[in-house]
Amino acid sequence: MKTEDLIRLMAEDRERPVRLPRRVFAALAAGGLMSVILLLVTIGLRPGLDAALAGWRVELKITATALMAFFALRLAFAAGIPGEPWSRRALWLVLPMGLIGAGILADLTILPSSEWKAAWLGRHAAFCVFFIPVLSLSPLALLIAALRHGAPDHPGLAGGLAGLAAGCLGAAIYAWHCPDDSPLFVTWYLIGIALSTTAGALAGRRLLVW
Amino acid sequence: MPILEREAQWTGWMRLALDGDSRSYHLFLQAVTPHLRVLARRCASRYGGAPAEIEDVVQEVLLAVHLKRGTWDPARPIGPWLGAIVRNKLIDSLRRKGHRIDVPVEEVIDTLAAAPVEDDFDRQDAIALLERLKDPQRDIVRSISIDGKSVRETALRLMMTEGAVRVALHRALKTLAAMYRSNAI
Repeated sequence: MKTEDLIRLMAEDRERPVRLPRRVFAALAAGGLMSVILLLVTIGLRPGLDAALAGWRVELKITATALMAFFALRLAFAAGIPGEPWSRRALWLVLPMGLIGAGILADLTILPSSEWKAAWLGRHAAFCVFFIPVLSLSPLALLIAALRHGAPDHPGLAGGLAGLAAGCLGAAIYAWHCPDDSPLFVTWYLIGIALSTTAGALAGRRLLVW
Repeated sequence: MPILEREAQWTGWMRLALDGDSRSYHLFLQAVTPHLRVLARRCASRYGGAPAEIEDVVQEVLLAVHLKRGTWDPARPIGPWLGAIVRNKLIDSLRRKGHRIDVPVEEVIDTLAAAPVEDDFDRQDAIALLERLKDPQRDIVRSISIDGKSVRETALRLMMTEGAVRVALHRALKTLAAMYRSNAI
């Protein structure tokens, strides 16, 4: 086939190209919804949620992880576009990380040092590290599927950022169940998020090559 | 034509193309192709590539531009986006053919913007990818591209709806891109 022939063929292709931003946001929303349902039908919301939400600790966990999911999603989206600079946008992640850091500092000040270890270990650290990646699975799968319409300069990186976004969303959802309130406990969240990020990067290297 | 003017023209064509204007799209692809050819030839010859591979590389890059055009934001000029797509695909394609290559994206954009040298290249067939498609895709692709028939004529002859022909056409382009990518050639 000569190149002119290929050009004629492509000009006849009227299939509307996929608009990436819409796909990516829809993927995270749909995946998030599936994970919310999964949480509700399995482990459920924490007892005493109303009271817990009245305090700043749970709110901080939810806000910080949700914000991080949002910024990571924008990053993943940028990484899916050829020639799009993404590294400066990564600075936005400092904001939620700073929130978490401030929360940790606050708790270290409020709690007597004898209670630090108990607050950090919580009661369900291992379960949290297990369940956050579980909750991130459906958002991650849908995000990777959406990003396959993109053209990432670095497929592994784009996948990793998708994993970060999905992991943070999983953490934000898990926080509605999590009975361990202290921001110190969020370090376990970060391990769960790191697992999801790694899974995303590995998937991206295979699935986001175009 | 001055560089900025050319980029503006390409951008304009591609905007219309995304709104469904296939004539503008045709113009865009035709205008870009000689530049791609120059670029591919330059990169390949620097790394000792055979000229027969060039047209393959050009077609692979064109397919990527086509299938990924939804990632371009029409509010922006097309240069940086095109440069990045072309560079990624060029590197991929030449690497697969055994060349170690690293082209800075600036160089790609500069070359895209520069006037193409006279296109004296033999209009060589790319390696017969087409034969690997299955019917009816192969039949449809051959009818529209090589025989120059319209979608309507093709549909009538194959007793298919125009919609079905278009769907098959789109799938065929995706398959061609995947065949390049999976090192089938």
